[in-house]
Amino acid sequence: MTVHSFQEHFDSLIDRELTIEPRDWMPDDYRKTLIRQISQHAHSEIVGMLPEGNWITRAPSLRRKAVLLAKIQDEAGHGLYLYSAAETLGVTRDELYDQLHSGKAKYSSIFNYPTLTWADMGAIGWLVDGAAIMNQVPLCRTSYGPYARAMVRVCKEESFHQRQGFEIMLTLSKGTEVQKKMAQDSFNRWWWPSLMMFGPPDAESPHTEQSVRWRIKRLTNDELRQKFIDVTVEQAKVLGLEMPDKDLVWNEARGHYDSGAINWDEFWNVVKGNGPCNKQRLETRKKAWEEGKWVRDAAMANAEKRKAKKEAAKAA
Amino acid sequence: MNNQKLLLDYTLRLADDALIIGHRISEWCGHGPILEQDIALTNTALDHLGRARSLYQYAAEQFNQLPVEEKKSIFTSVAIQNMVQAGASLDEDDLAYLRDGWDFKNLLLLEQPNIDWAFTIARSFFYDVFNYFFFDQLKASNDASLSAVAEKSLKEVTYHLRWSSEWVVRLGDGTDESHKRMQHAVNELWSYTGEMFTINGTDKAMQQEGVGVNLEGIKQMWTEHIKVVFEDATITIPAGTWMQQGGKEGRHSENLGYILAELQFMQRAYPGMEW
Amino acid sequence: MNNTNKNEWPLWEVFIRSKAGLDHKHAGSLHAADAQMAIENARDVYTRRMEGVSIWVVESKNIHASDPGESESLYDPANDKIYRHPTFYNLPDEVKYM
Repeated sequence: MTVHSFQEHFDSLIDRELTIEPRDWMPDDYRKTLIRQISQHAHSEIVGMLPEGNWITRAPSLRRKAVLLAKIQDEAGHGLYLYSAAETLGVTRDELYDQLHSGKAKYSSIFNYPTLTWADMGAIGWLVDGAAIMNQVPLCRTSYGPYARAMVRVCKEESFHQRQGFEIMLTLSKGTEVQKKMAQDSFNRWWWPSLMMFGPPDAESPHTEQSVRWRIKRLTNDELRQKFIDVTVEQAKVLGLEMPDKDLVWNEARGHYDSGAINWDEFWNVVKGNGPCNKQRLETRKKAWEEGKWVRDAAMANAEKRKAKKEAAKAA
Repeated sequence: MNNQKLLLDYTLRLADDALIIGHRISEWCGHGPILEQDIALTNTALDHLGRARSLYQYAAEQFNQLPVEEKKSIFTSVAIQNMVQAGASLDEDDLAYLRDGWDFKNLLLLEQPNIDWAFTIARSFFYDVFNYFFFDQLKASNDASLSAVAEKSLKEVTYHLRWSSEWVVRLGDGTDESHKRMQHAVNELWSYTGEMFTINGTDKAMQQEGVGVNLEGIKQMWTEHIKVVFEDATITIPAGTWMQQGGKEGRHSENLGYILAELQFMQRAYPGMEW
Repeated sequence: MNNTNKNEWPLWEVFIRSKAGLDHKHAGSLHAADAQMAIENARDVYTRRMEGVSIWVVESKNIHASDPGESESLYDPANDKIYRHPTFYNLPDEVKYM
């Protein structure tokens, strides 16, 4: 087989909607794009633990505390599954961390916004996880096998995340005036960044076409965003919350909601590092990693000592 | 104190221990030295929190059965006094979120800050060894609720103990730095270990009633176990014999105030709401 | 890529028997300093405290995998580096082709 026929074989797998596995030949671009996308996704899970982690010690009831802890732990697990999937492509987790810590790798910008009230735990679950699920469900059938299987697991475990968020919002919206205010305030702050989670408009998203063919993306940014808006408007009605978009209107002809303009200038600035919490999030991750070094080294040193002892005992 | 109040004191102390250590461990979530251990530690935090909830529920049940005059004499916080006055019954959250610091009876050891992985491991290890023997005996309690909690907890604690013991050895017999840090943490926390075995009025009465555990017997097993693991870890048992006391009587270190300020913030700032 | 940090905890593959009578099935991978820790991490990561399971862990470097199909004989040895370990090999049930 020549490189040419490798490419043909790869293309035919893609065309027949079959999976590519780690030992299959794949074009360099495919590998690179996947590493970037999967690790970005993994980083988002790990950095995403921080805004919610703020509220573990302050959760208003023991039940909420337990749910929040379990949810954040799931995010750690999801990060782990995704890093593992990326590792099948020939990169180590430590290398991926280095890329995150040096600012070379990106993660979802939404986590650069602060969590200011308890209601943010509700809004994150409802909106951020809601948007994430919309992005993720199609990836359960993505072309790269390890990624698809990681996503199946992630989506399965994630189903409770959005529900618990919505439940928090529902409790607040049925509560006292100050609780309703809390819910609306949080909705106002998280709505627009949630819409930005789907990425820039299709016209400005050059990778989309190829990514759709490779099934590492199955719907375009704008398609997903529209879907998200349509379902969320209905859910906001149930919560009795006002949509934080005065231009939002139902478009009978399209059968969709038309929404106001997204502030893409803000989006690109947050991507560039100017969001309210970019520095803080990255510093926190770096600190945890650097301060953990002596711990990781100790475990390796001890493992080697034990191994040596065992071998010495065998030899004797 | 009558037996009802003693049982309440005993139950609450165990609940407070679980809540406070769970709180400290949960502070690691998202900040662990490596992903796998972050996840492991959160499991442990969830175990402690789960045990705290069972015990608070049981304590609330006991409290709600007391005559009104007795209820008024137990917790001095304004929030709880108001609830008692209004004839409301307490639940797990009221006990965790509305009691003042002096009504918390947890061990001083458990409120000590995380500082680093070595302190966290040492604190857990001392407590896990204790818990292992304690719950093993509490299974035999003639109080069915405590016995049930003990049965479930023992399974969890067995794993906690294995986990923390292994880390004591890894750090103690790892690198020079980790050895130093582990020994330092053990030295610093040592004076908080004695309180686990202090027998106060509640302990004595509960043991006599067949509800509680004989702490004297546990102390021996605890000491033996610590010795074995420390030997493996090349860690020296500190020579100091002065032991800090007070947690069981509600006299705490400064740490507890900060823990409660965070833990209770929502319930105190927005009283009487559903979350 | 592939410049391994010698202090990075090795990668392990995790196989779990979820119910008595079933085979161990590949669940995923993780990092651990030694086998004992790998088993415990597997319990924490992949079983989240389910009782009565059995866990196998194998250091990923010790797994030997077959070459995929017809390209076998012509497989460029240099391409060997394109994979690092054969993780996630268990296919979901809906994937029939292998």
